Amino acid sequence: MKIYLKIWRQKDVDSKGKIVDYTLNNVESDMSFLEMLDVLNEDLVAKGEEPVEFDHDCREGICGTCSLMINGQPHGPDRLITVCQLHMRSFNDGDTIVIEPFRAKAFPVIKDLIVDRTAFDRIQQAGGYISVNTSGNPVDANAIPIKKHVADKAMDAATCIGCGACVAACKNASAMLFTSAKVSQFALLPQGRVEATERVQNMVRQMDLEGFGNCTNTGACEVECPKGISLENIARMNREYLSAAVEG
Amino acid sequence: MGVLDSKIPSGPLADKWAKHKNEIDLVNPANKRNIDVIVVGTGLAGGSAAATLAELGYNVKTFCYQDSPRRAHSIAAQGGVNAAKNYQGDGDSVYRLFYDTVKGGDYRSREANVYRLAEVSSNIIDQCVAQGVPFAREYGGLLDNRSFGGVLVSRTFYAKGQTGQQLLLGAYAAMNRQIQRGKIKSYTRHEMLDLVLVDGKARGIIARDLVTGEIERHSAHAVVLASGGYGNLFFLSTYAMGANVTAAWKAHKRGAFFANPCFTQIHPTCIPVSGDHQSKLTLMSESLRNDGRIWVPKRLEDAQAIREGKLKPTQLKEEDRDYYLERRYPAFGNLVPRDVASRAAKERCDAGHGVNKTGEAVYLDFEAAIMRYGKEKAFTSGIKDPDKETTRRLGKEIVEAKYGNLFQMYEKIVDQNPYETPMMIYPAVHYTMGGLWVDYNLQTTIPGCYCAGEANFSDHGANRLGASALMQGLADGYFVLPYTIGDYLSDDIRTGAIPTDAPEFEATEKAVREKIEKLMSGKGLHSVDYYHKKLGKIMWNKCGMSRNEKDLKEAIAEIAELRKDFWENVKITGNPDDKNQELEKAGRVADFLELGELFAKDALHRNESCGGHFREEYQTPEGEALRDDKNFKYAAAWEYVGEPKDSKLHKEELTYENIEVKTRSYK
Ligand SMILES: Cc1cc2nc3c(=O)[nH]c(=O)nc-3n(C[C@H](O)[C@H](O)[C@H](O)COP(=O)(O)OP(=O)(O)OC[C@H]3O[C@@H](n4cnc5c(N)ncnc54)[C@H](O)[C@@H]3O)c2cc1C
Ligand code: SF4
Ligand code: FES
Repeated sequence: MKIYLKIWRQKDVDSKGKIVDYTLNNVESDMSFLEMLDVLNEDLVAKGEEPVEFDHDCREGICGTCSLMINGQPHGPDRLITVCQLHMRSFNDGDTIVIEPFRAKAFPVIKDLIVDRTAFDRIQQAGGYISVNTSGNPVDANAIPIKKHVADKAMDAATCIGCGACVAACKNASAMLFTSAKVSQFALLPQGRVEATERVQNMVRQMDLEGFGNCTNTGACEVECPKGISLENIARMNREYLSAAVEG
Repeated sequence: MGVLDSKIPSGPLADKWAKHKNEIDLVNPANKRNIDVIVVGTGLAGGSAAATLAELGYNVKTFCYQDSPRRAHSIAAQGGVNAAKNYQGDGDSVYRLFYDTVKGGDYRSREANVYRLAEVSSNIIDQCVAQGVPFAREYGGLLDNRSFGGVLVSRTFYAKGQTGQQLLLGAYAAMNRQIQRGKIKSYTRHEMLDLVLVDGKARGIIARDLVTGEIERHSAHAVVLASGGYGNLFFLSTYAMGANVTAAWKAHKRGAFFANPCFTQIHPTCIPVSGDHQSKLTLMSESLRNDGRIWVPKRLEDAQAIREGKLKPTQLKEEDRDYYLERRYPAFGNLVPRDVASRAAKERCDAGHGVNKTGEAVYLDFEAAIMRYGKEKAFTSGIKDPDKETTRRLGKEIVEAKYGNLFQMYEKIVDQNPYETPMMIYPAVHYTMGGLWVDYNLQTTIPGCYCAGEANFSDHGANRLGASALMQGLADGYFVLPYTIGDYLSDDIRTGAIPTDAPEFEATEKAVREKIEKLMSGKGLHSVDYYHKKLGKIMWNKCGMSRNEKDLKEAIAEIAELRKDFWENVKITGNPDDKNQELEKAGRVADFLELGELFAKDALHRNESCGGHFREEYQTPEGEALRDDKNFKYAAAWEYVGEPKDSKLHKEELTYENIEVKTRSYK
């Protein structure tokens, strides 16, 4: 099939970017979206032009590296997948596809479609861990039984891949879904309860410092999240935050 | 004693590690503050090592090429992690895990290392639970287990189909805690391009900042390489796109011996290749073999009809199907080790029984499991005489709870519903048992250069059992390396910071710059991917699932030729002082083009079949691997002396005192 592409090109963080048009003639429907971009890049290299830079690594939806806005939607039209799992069979012959980077003040563009998401790392560094030593001799793993449905809930929250689609989808560029997923995982588990108060306060403080916007409950993040991280986590984080404030 | 000293502690097997730990020189906490360690790689091995080293008091610098340590390739591991906890009470023990691993590795691994691995395995689970890793649990609240190939007990811990992700996020969290304390400095989007030796010791690295293109010098008292495996040599594999051998290969060229490069794991259950544009292959976790049955049509006509789309697999009667693993290996059935399962699939497809367009696919079928689970569920829910529909629905729910994300992944890629029609699978390159040679302390042949995780050769011999890579990465990083490295660093308490303006840093940086310039000055005929794909074809066709002398000799010549062509004609756009993904890829492919030659040479010299290395000349009449313990019971450690094909062989003879060396049988 024939596909018309409109792709954001930007030399580096300080340059201004613009949309550039490309046309691809022989796209196959069982190609993945990123393989379609590989084909475009091979063409560009052959012509001596610089290929389009985009972030990707695992190409199976788990590392969270890929991060494209496709026709205004993070990770493209299909639900519950990352863009590396998107296949060209989701498009039709003659379609025009607009590809842009994830946009947010806290995610500056590095080049073309690549953004800097280290703000997410700093939020995790502020408290996204349980303070146990890795070199000690901790208690036996089965010493504290955890109810299956609680463990499953913690697991659901823990599956966040840190891609940033929630931020890109949000009109306020809020990082609440991402932050609350980690806060929830640890708040649910007995091992994480001990530091729950400091954790939520520190992570939320860092989130604000990084320049992410406020949450106004539009729910766009949940819709676009490739891992189905639920808004319940934001509610849980808000409860944790409020009770932390009460505890002082 | 030869050049290779494995430094295995004396004494009975079960006491070696405890004894060694007691005898190791320690660095006191005050002195650790004056010692710097570089860790290249933030996967399970590097991430856990960095966190523990920092916690012990060393100053750590970590490097990864991704934008965050959390994205290392370990994140993609699906199935699980082994540990000899014996929570299921099915007779598991440290010895049994040790035994299974040595046997699974076809008696080509080092006894003492494997025993230590089995010994610390159960600590890993304690550690991870304390860190908040949400492993799967049973209704009673205790941890759940599943079985993996090549073993008869249930010792695999898992977190849905995302075990690697959860373990890595645990290690990443431990790293974050140390970053927050100022004990780890994390360099992301940085690629190590060379190792710096001062007075014969590893004292630093040269790295490229992948965003600015800047070439940087970083010094330390020791360098730990935890840079993962080299399977991307084959172009198509289950590895992440950026996985590479550069860090290990550069260390090899500076004096670290490379062991058993030809020991590569081809995983039996991956989604088959669909076309020329394909950029990577996707694994369907081995855990699926717990419940999936593997088969091909018995009759060639049926296979052909299926390939042509005239017949559906679900239309084929039970008696017209060949469950070839159950037929050939009744004791282990669908749970034979990976090398055995892969070869058996290839054998059936080569004989014309393949089931997709290209003839290179077999079925992995869940219908029997769905019905079995459905019946059980109906029974426990008190539903009497359920109809087929109800049973299917109930069974489907259970299968979905177990493997839902894998089924979804499959459906997205293949556009078929695996609950309704069997999955199609085929073997693909997945793991490399070979890697930098290390001694018992995980030190390479370069003093001060250590190697952990998949990048080293240590524990899996000629074949790795499922769920043992995660175990090894975390064992190395949390429990072994942070202690063994102290023995070496105890000599460095008065050394002081290593200056980066030493002539050795200058010279190594110059060499790196020249190499980049040379890459950029190619004539510009073909793209980097063009060469990578060509190399991959040579590797897959001539050094893949089965090998022979003629092919291997051809491969050596063809790779050398391709390498020459690459250096003259590769085309790299853009410039080196910017973010430049073509240049990044080119550097990696340049190293693969050297490794490939050594790989083929290693495979050619090993005149036997063992584990993942199958030489057509050495097989039994039934087509099983024929090992030669008299001549090849050793690890082959290669020393770089110029062209890879001229590399010098050093042998580490393997001795088995605690296990009887037998012909592996899964029948
Ligand atoms: C799809 C898949 C599923 C798997 N499932 C399982 C499973 O269920 N159970 C199991 O036990 N094993 C499994 N494995 C194997 C296992 O995941 C790996 O062997 C293991 O995670 C490797 O960990 P590592 O820490 O050694 O390296 P990796 O996780 O590969 O990390 C390598 C690190 O090195 C860095 N790096 C590499 N080169 C450079 C360089 N030149 N400069 C700077 N940094 C560099 C990378 O950025 C990364 O941080 C699976 C593998 C795959 C591919
Ligand atoms: S919450 Fe969802 S969208 Fe946001 S980072 Fe995590 S996985 Fe991505
Ligand atoms: S590339 Fe890893 S999630 Fe898309």
